[in-house]
Amino acid sequence: MAEMREEIREFILKEFLPGEPAESLTDDVELVSSRILDSLATLKLVTFLEDSYGVEFAAHEVGAEHLDTIDRIVAFVESRKG
Amino acid sequence: MAAPATLHACLEAGGRLSPHELAVRDTARDREANYAEFVLGVDRCAELLYKGGLLNGERLGICLPKSLESLAFLFAAQKLGAVHVPVDAGGPIERAAWIFRDCEVHTIICQTHRVEDLRLALEELGHRARIIGVNPDSETSLPQLLTDHRVTPRGRTEPATPRDPQDLAYILYTSGSTGDPKGVQVSQQAALAFIDWCARTFAPTPKDRFSSHAPFHFDLSILDIYVPLLHGASLHLIGEEDGKNPIRLCELLEDEGITCWYSTPSILSLMLDYGNLAEQDTSALRLVNFAGEVFPIQQLRRLRELLPKPEYWNLYGPTETNVCTAHRLPGPEGDSRDTPYPIGGVCAHYDSLIVDHDNRPVTPGEEGLLLIDGPGVMSGYWKAPQLDAQAFVEIDGRRWYNTGDVVRDPGDGELLFAGRRDRMVKKRGYRVELGEIEATLHRHEDLREVAVLARTNDQGEVRISACLATRSGERLSIIALKGWCAKNLLSYMIPDDFHFFDSLPKTSTDKTDYQGLKERLA
Repeated sequence: MAEMREEIREFILKEFLPGEPAESLTDDVELVSSRILDSLATLKLVTFLEDSYGVEFAAHEVGAEHLDTIDRIVAFVESRKG
Repeated sequence: MAAPATLHACLEAGGRLSPHELAVRDTARDREANYAEFVLGVDRCAELLYKGGLLNGERLGICLPKSLESLAFLFAAQKLGAVHVPVDAGGPIERAAWIFRDCEVHTIICQTHRVEDLRLALEELGHRARIIGVNPDSETSLPQLLTDHRVTPRGRTEPATPRDPQDLAYILYTSGSTGDPKGVQVSQQAALAFIDWCARTFAPTPKDRFSSHAPFHFDLSILDIYVPLLHGASLHLIGEEDGKNPIRLCELLEDEGITCWYSTPSILSLMLDYGNLAEQDTSALRLVNFAGEVFPIQQLRRLRELLPKPEYWNLYGPTETNVCTAHRLPGPEGDSRDTPYPIGGVCAHYDSLIVDHDNRPVTPGEEGLLLIDGPGVMSGYWKAPQLDAQAFVEIDGRRWYNTGDVVRDPGDGELLFAGRRDRMVKKRGYRVELGEIEATLHRHEDLREVAVLARTNDQGEVRISACLATRSGERLSIIALKGWCAKNLLSYMIPDDFHFFDSLPKTSTDKTDYQGLKERLA
């Protein structure tokens, strides 16, 4: 689980926040509601999560409720992996 | 059918055609109204506004999510001969307040939980308005709206209706290069000229089901709203959240049985790349209109391969004219085009000129600025004669609107778009003045120098890049910077990437060297 958390952090930093020091992307930074991720970025993140962890998102699940922070993303992916 | 004399008369005409048929569906909240119900709701809203003192010609600010309520208040303003001013309900409240003060709104409709914030923001700007809180997410139905508010009659009994076709119908604010939005004033006549052109071109029937993807502060919404309602067809409102969610948008195509779709190419591309268009039943779809930006040809080809049946139209025009040229795409068979489609021929209600920088017509086939004149052109910018002076040119005694877009007529009248003259770009169909973003970033206390530029990536997406030099010389946290931008800019204006420099490169005349910056970023 700790590994997944770091993979997700690394993906977000690399794709959407190039140059940002890793320590500033803490687990509770609001990604969607603060618009760090726009709608296209959110979809790219979902594609990454689906491909990497074998989970599927339904249309209504693509939003701040499950994707706003690294904490929430990890919790959602974990719950889906069963 | 006699042409309607006002925007409100469009709804009345539809109501006569299909009194008991579906008029509007709010797909996000799963609520709907037939024509009789919706007309009643509009009447109640109009009564509420009228009793609160909203008069002919005064402005009604609307800062509500897309819903039956926001649409009803928009028609209610029309019924009273008032002018509606829709703004982005999801944007910064300070921007909404700025706009409402600028056009001196009399009354504002706003979400209940934001009334106090808006009142404070308006007070800070020294403007007072009557603010009515409405909550589209509550179970309150439209007719109940009246009993929710205590209103004082002003002593008149009959609502005024507009008589003069030159009376304003609405004001849409667009990005302005000085950092302040500018208000495009559209008259009844101008809006109706466009709606009439749409009716002749797309031949709507009461059986049609139109999507409403664009927000109401965006000029694409004019077609979405009035064309179906004039013809007794139905209007299917797509909420702000669903509007960004391609999987959901593809589902809505099937669930709502949409026959006529209208959006920017960006949204159609998103649906193509991230939705599941192939698995949806889109057999009802007969018309796909797109506008607002260039549709990258590869994407468009893939879309038409997937959905070969509908008619496709590329519509072009700034908010100031709404659609002024249109191109119907030829059938997909044997179409091997590898450059963007033309923006098309000039619409029947317009005349055009293509001129050089001295306003002389160019040699046929040469590139030049597109000028437009006709009944659909705006009435000028709200209280900004200096902007009017820049936007209009007079040639041989006739006044033309200068679109600022460079076009070329290859000889058949189907114009080709060749670019912009100034620093305005289109991002996902939205007009973005790069100067407005710069002016906002200049207010950030840690920034010393700012330059914002737009680049197009390999997929044809417009990306906005901010080049910054800080006071301390240290780079700033992008997370913090994005957060600051979210509070101060509309979402589509927030730069996609940030780049830090010790100082920005300059030209020999000591201006920011945008060309040099572009090369350094490449």
